[in-house]
Amino acid sequence: MPGLGASFGRGGATNFLEDLSNSDCIVIEGSNMAECHPVGFQWVTEAKARGAKIVHIDPRFTRTSAIADLHVPLRMGTDIAFLGGLIKYVLDNDLYFKEYVVAYTNAAALVSEDFVDTEDLDGLFSGFDAETRMYDEDSWQYDPEESDHSGAEQPAEAAEQEQSDDHPDVKSSDRAQSSGSGGPTIPSKPKRDETLQHPRSVFQVLKRHYARYTPEMVSEVCGIEPEVFEQVAEWVTANSNRDRTTAWVYSVGWTQHSVGAQYIRTCSILQTLLGNIGRPGGGIMALRGHASIQGSTDIPTLYNLLPGYLPMPHAMQHGTLDEYVADAAGKAGFWGNKRSYMVSLLKAWWGDAATAENDFAFDYLPKINGDHSSYRTIADMIEGKVSGYFLVGENPTVGHPNGRMNRFGLANLDWMVVRDLQMIESATFWKEGPEHETGELAPETIGTEVFFMPAATHVEKEGTFTQTQRVLQWRHKAVEPPNDARSDLWFYYHLGRMLRERLADSTDPRDRPLLDLTWDYPVEGETQDPSAEAVLREINGVGADGRALSSYMQMKEDGSTSGGCWIYCGVYADEVNQAARRKPAAEQGAVASEWGWAWPLNRRMLYNRASADPEGKPWSERKKYVYWDEAAGEWTGADVPDFEKNKRPDYVPPDGAKAQDALAGTDPFVMQGDGKAWLYAPSGVVDGPLPTHYEPVESVVENHLYSVQANPTVERIPGPWNRENPSLSEVFPFQVTTYRITEHHTAGGMSRTLPYLAELQPEFFVEVSPELARLRGLANGEFATLVSARTAIEAKVLVTERMRPIRLGGGQVVHQIGMPYHWSYAGISTGDSANDLLGIALDPNTHIQEDKVSTADIVPGRRPRGPELLEFVEEYRRRAGVDSGRVGVNGRAPVDADAGEGSTL
Amino acid sequence: MTGVKTWLDSWPVYRQLTGADPFGRGSAARSKATDATVSRTATADKVVKSVCPYCAVGCAQNVYVKDEKIVQIEGDPNSPINRGRLCPKGSASKQLVTSPTRVTTVKYRRPYGTEWEDLDLDTAMEMIADRVLAAREKGWQVEDGGNRVNRTMGIASLGGATLDNEENYLMKKLYSALGAIQIENQARI
Repeated sequence: MPGLGASFGRGGATNFLEDLSNSDCIVIEGSNMAECHPVGFQWVTEAKARGAKIVHIDPRFTRTSAIADLHVPLRMGTDIAFLGGLIKYVLDNDLYFKEYVVAYTNAAALVSEDFVDTEDLDGLFSGFDAETRMYDEDSWQYDPEESDHSGAEQPAEAAEQEQSDDHPDVKSSDRAQSSGSGGPTIPSKPKRDETLQHPRSVFQVLKRHYARYTPEMVSEVCGIEPEVFEQVAEWVTANSNRDRTTAWVYSVGWTQHSVGAQYIRTCSILQTLLGNIGRPGGGIMALRGHASIQGSTDIPTLYNLLPGYLPMPHAMQHGTLDEYVADAAGKAGFWGNKRSYMVSLLKAWWGDAATAENDFAFDYLPKINGDHSSYRTIADMIEGKVSGYFLVGENPTVGHPNGRMNRFGLANLDWMVVRDLQMIESATFWKEGPEHETGELAPETIGTEVFFMPAATHVEKEGTFTQTQRVLQWRHKAVEPPNDARSDLWFYYHLGRMLRERLADSTDPRDRPLLDLTWDYPVEGETQDPSAEAVLREINGVGADGRALSSYMQMKEDGSTSGGCWIYCGVYADEVNQAARRKPAAEQGAVASEWGWAWPLNRRMLYNRASADPEGKPWSERKKYVYWDEAAGEWTGADVPDFEKNKRPDYVPPDGAKAQDALAGTDPFVMQGDGKAWLYAPSGVVDGPLPTHYEPVESVVENHLYSVQANPTVERIPGPWNRENPSLSEVFPFQVTTYRITEHHTAGGMSRTLPYLAELQPEFFVEVSPELARLRGLANGEFATLVSARTAIEAKVLVTERMRPIRLGGGQVVHQIGMPYHWSYAGISTGDSANDLLGIALDPNTHIQEDKVSTADIVPGRRPRGPELLEFVEEYRRRAGVDSGRVGVNGRAPVDADAGEGSTL
Repeated sequence: MTGVKTWLDSWPVYRQLTGADPFGRGSAARSKATDATVSRTATADKVVKSVCPYCAVGCAQNVYVKDEKIVQIEGDPNSPINRGRLCPKGSASKQLVTSPTRVTTVKYRRPYGTEWEDLDLDTAMEMIADRVLAAREKGWQVEDGGNRVNRTMGIASLGGATLDNEENYLMKKLYSALGAIQIENQARI
């Protein structure tokens, strides 16, 4: 989550769910919380019962809107315009929280003279390279302080890296995401103007950037009445001050856009200006969609990250450990201890084989050099570049956009392993699916060998999930898994054990990392299940005395400590599994610090030092949370302070101070190099230091602000299986969004197979407005066919006023279609797959696809069957001026119509 | 007389007309079968503390076990997060475990094969280990673009976000030691 990471220093939700009940105003935007996080939503209804205003901003009227005081039906893909309008409203009317903004943000920082804004370059920031379609970020930097504490000690390696930071291979490696815990690095602290009047101060840059975001512009772009905008602005600003706080809630309705990270940045700027970060009832609640999706980025199975948001070493920049830590060495903030975190990780993995002499086995780590993310890998599969694939509890042919492309990828592997509970579509692609109907795939052409390995359910194994607000909760094992079903822990432990045994006699240096790996976990029971607690303890880390560490502050760079994920250090403090704590809520305070364990260091609310004023006093009695106790000489309050406990509020760093010592007593954003919340991001976000409105990649509306239509840096994966609908096309005239419903879960493997849930939501449907139904002759309860440049799918039509056509100033009417994405052909409840309709265009920061807005056509009746479907879609492509989508055997390189061999024509 | 009284009392309409439940929605409607019915949660051998595997709210669950089988899953009222509540998915999660369509044995599809075949778990593990080493070798790169990379492009992985932290950890650790880098997760999505 680079949006939050670049703004505040950590990519996690700032507050916790229960704290929503302390809000005076809650804005839910890019999320249907009542439907998708129904039990968490009780805290919103609790706030409402206490008098809070609830606003829901969403193209669709949903269960969340039904509870809200106000529903704002903005046009899909226009949130930056709306939020930018709020920023302007706050600045113009002097409604920002002045003391907070001056003390805790980078508003006073001066930006380089070389920076040129989109407002002066018609939609591009300075530094754009038209050939690579990437930015050189040099001109976005701060104007550096002359005698800064850290810059003077910058190692030569760091200076070199800044040179290569803008290389396409480095940029595309997604370095932005490594700001998940530790803000983006900056060369030095900036010059400041505490009056905020300097024309190059961030505050003034911000004012100029959003000068055109008037209520009228918001109305035109978003398609809502100016009065509605004013109402939201009034409620939000009236509930953001010393006494009152507003919370913003988002979910994948924001992240899944071609400018997704920038959506979150816009909200971060607004909430920072309003002084709502680090305070009870405030914050930005990132609602994540899966049981341990937060955990899956904290301890990532992501190509660009190591545990704790340490970046994967990059081939161009990180030949040695010194080079790897150079960007953090001597820097202010807790990221300044990067070497200790990394050496502890290397010690956890390679134990005695990791020594000071061999750079702690740093060279054992493979290096990345580009985009190796999921979608790129699928394209590589189609080209035959990937031999083997593991699918572990994931069903990409349904859950990922462009199921067709995904299936072609799987059809070109040598082998794949599927670990799941049910026979999901991704395991059966070789025998059934849409391309079998059209004749594009057949078992006889697919050489992929498939192993289906049954998995254990959540009650048949033990371990931790990290929920949406960073709380780790331990699950105990209730029963043994049946037959061959095993946990993924079992599978990977034993696979590793077997591989190590096979290579035991190898003298090939390539095998050393595997043979030297620490892999001796205790096993238990008949099935020889490895101990998850032993793994958790390794993650926590161990000190020189052999005892579990209690804080990452104890980690050392000399190799005397180990620890697999520094941000989780403390989860096994005092040799106790802290994640297993279950002290009843009734027996503890509202923060419930003794239920599970939250990273970092059991701090439930991040940046909570900002809940006190610069002198350490609560901003108000009503919003008292963490504050300075002068008598005791420490920070105290309802939560664990997200600050050094004994650092005085009036502490000023001495010259030459490093890491956390270089942050002042008034710097609450302790993972940032300058200790401040970033209104302007001089680095860390590859598509611009400030968010600006672009239309989605597939839009029926022209960009009102610039001649640049969509995000100029959007990442595409071109191929016949991933054609793009042209913007402003009459052939694909309607906007489409996808979403979840309460009764199903993502790709359906865990819900369409359950009788109760299948009965509650038995079939695939799409929601359309009565106006669109009239326009296209669609009838409620009847079938309709939706068409894109990828394929066509059919669904039952639900005609409902919940979908609202948007009327823009120029008379254009934008029709929007809603489409839940849970279905496919397997399971009890079946239907076509919504994701088959979608293409893949990616946010350049995160490589996350834009599936919350796309275009399509919709016509009455069922879709064509068999090869006729291919011709039907091809005809649409021809009319839209899109290249052919015809493919050869197993989706490989397309062949000409008359090519004969290998052609499916 | 006692016998007649008992007989009369066992008749719901009589109880409805003469007792404190004139609408027949409480005590009057109770039958012997009702009285003899006990909830599965009351007769369970043990209650195991768990967490819902669906969305990321992190609702705590009480898992009721009898004779080594899951008989019921309910929200844990002690949790500060969900306060005992579960949504339709969490409430249905027992069926995740007991589903009749759940596949609990290894299935194997050979290249160009048209049907699943059965395979012994140990054999499958050996075959997978063979293939991992071969794919690693086939995709090995010492250098790329003049820089040392020491990795394999032959193996990719995609995990769901219902993986435990401990599982993700072992996966990343093992893959990295093998030199595999195309390791991804639902978290990307």
